[in-house]
Amino acid sequence: MKGLILIKKQIDHKRPSNAKETTVSYLFILPYMIGFSIFTVLPVLISIVFSFTSFDILQPPKWIWFENYFRLFFADSIFLTAIRNTLILAFVTGPVGYMLSLLMAWFINELRPKVRALVTFVFFAPTISGNMFLMWNLLFATDSYGYLNGTLMRYGFIITPVNWLRNPDYMMGIAIMVSLWMSLGVGFLAFIAGFQGVDRSYYEAAAVDGISNRWQELWFVTLPLMKSQMMFSAVMSITGAFSVGGVVSALFGDPSQDYAVHTIMNHLNDYGGVRFEMGYASAIATLLFFIMIGANLVIKRLISKVGE
Amino acid sequence: MARMSKKEKELHLLLNPKKVGPVDPAKLKATKVKRLNRSTGGDVLIAVILGVFGLFMLFPIVFAVSNAFKPLDELWYFPPRLIVRNPTMKNFIDLFNLMSESWVPFSKYIFNTLLVAVTGTFGHVIIASLAAFAISKHKFRGQKVMFQMIVLSLMFSGAVTGVPTFLIFSRLGMMNNFLVLILPAFTSSLGLYLMKQFMDQMINESVLEAAKIDGSNEFNTFWKIVMPMVKPAWLTLIVLSFQGLWNTGGTVYIQKESLKTLNYALGQILAAGVTRQGAAAAAAVIMMILPVLVFVFSQSKIVETMSSSGMKD
Repeated sequence: MKGLILIKKQIDHKRPSNAKETTVSYLFILPYMIGFSIFTVLPVLISIVFSFTSFDILQPPKWIWFENYFRLFFADSIFLTAIRNTLILAFVTGPVGYMLSLLMAWFINELRPKVRALVTFVFFAPTISGNMFLMWNLLFATDSYGYLNGTLMRYGFIITPVNWLRNPDYMMGIAIMVSLWMSLGVGFLAFIAGFQGVDRSYYEAAAVDGISNRWQELWFVTLPLMKSQMMFSAVMSITGAFSVGGVVSALFGDPSQDYAVHTIMNHLNDYGGVRFEMGYASAIATLLFFIMIGANLVIKRLISKVGE
Repeated sequence: MARMSKKEKELHLLLNPKKVGPVDPAKLKATKVKRLNRSTGGDVLIAVILGVFGLFMLFPIVFAVSNAFKPLDELWYFPPRLIVRNPTMKNFIDLFNLMSESWVPFSKYIFNTLLVAVTGTFGHVIIASLAAFAISKHKFRGQKVMFQMIVLSLMFSGAVTGVPTFLIFSRLGMMNNFLVLILPAFTSSLGLYLMKQFMDQMINESVLEAAKIDGSNEFNTFWKIVMPMVKPAWLTLIVLSFQGLWNTGGTVYIQKESLKTLNYALGQILAAGVTRQGAAAAAAVIMMILPVLVFVFSQSKIVETMSSSGMKD
């Protein structure tokens, strides 16, 4: 009896916040919080502060208020191109990549377990294979040894090789394609897991209830149960779609021909990594930061309305 | 609908049938034997779509693997072929010769990369799990705010803050030091997030209470009871973290040749362009092997972790 009372007491005071226990909790999170503050929070704050200064590392920063931002929007036509390109890339690869992750995960879920594991690997492979996207360089290589040019010439579609990676007519299309190729990442895995986590009894009940095909089942039964996975994947997709940069400069050179696929990330690296105009680069970074957070918050709103 | 518990949902479905009328028992039986609501046409369509996209995903990788084994005349064959006819190891041998010509031995790059990837991953799993446990199971002031900040940090890419990160590292005097690659990896927010969600779902309060009554202190509980229970989660963290660190370049922070990583070294070969495309393909294949193996071995566990990855509003 005494033991029972003791247990009850423990449960009633589930994790009481007395001083000693709180200290233990803080010790648990301390190492993480130190790193998180220095490498995640502090850089954001520094970025915001420096965006109001002129700073070239050699001399101390000079406070110039909103001059960097005025310059971005009124005196830097390349930045406006970069915004346009980033938005095009994000608005295409974000939603399309997201739908691809969802649909492919759903299709894969229909397969037998062994096959499912293999196909999951195939779709996730571009994400784990590191630098493999550089192979697109060879596929689109400018001379007749490029795989695409060679094949098209062999069958007589074109007579001279096309400069795929330097011709602004094709560059955006190729950038979108390669980004989509790499878009099945962590969000895709979350979808796979989400589909597997749905209890079969829902499907049986739904079938009795008059759901008559797999599409209805997806829309009326599965998706409403997977809202939280949808949210997580959306965040991953959006963040990824807005931070396209390295892939672009690796494929198209930096800067790309006529700035045809120049993104905000590329612009940021140009000023931060090459010209050392840190104040200006910080303004670019701050803008991109708020664009990403803003887009994510809007999407969260939208998804929370699914099925309501 | 989504907020309902399973029971409520079943009740709801029972009380609100969309199709009124008796259910034909024969039909019910038939649907039970066959898979529910699956038409053959749909199956075929799905197989075709998966096939087409699967080929698209695999194409560059197959191309790279095939190129890595192509002899010189096949690499320059016109029109180019996808699949190798007479496979050879020559490209790999060339690659190793090329790398041994550089004044930093190839093994040094491999050692550097392994050191960074293993230390960074190990530290990340420990530090993120400790924090995830406290945020998931303890009660303390600032807990909610902390988790909100971590969720918020998932919403922007670390690449955005490259400039201030560079300034911080140079202030801390950590240039040309592996710490610039390792320390930020310790506190990746994706890892903490996944771990916390997994602990929320998989660790029962009663287990922790029982441990406490038995006299286990918090750290002991964490290490001996919680960590073994969240094995799928830390395997996932290992895969994600290892893959990121393995492909890390870090050339902005590390200029010393003897401290550079494999990614950089192989990138130099790739930069030489078409003339070395055989060696470049071999390099790409070598880079891919380890992350792929790590992923394949832990794939089933990853799916388990991800099932708790969901984000509430």
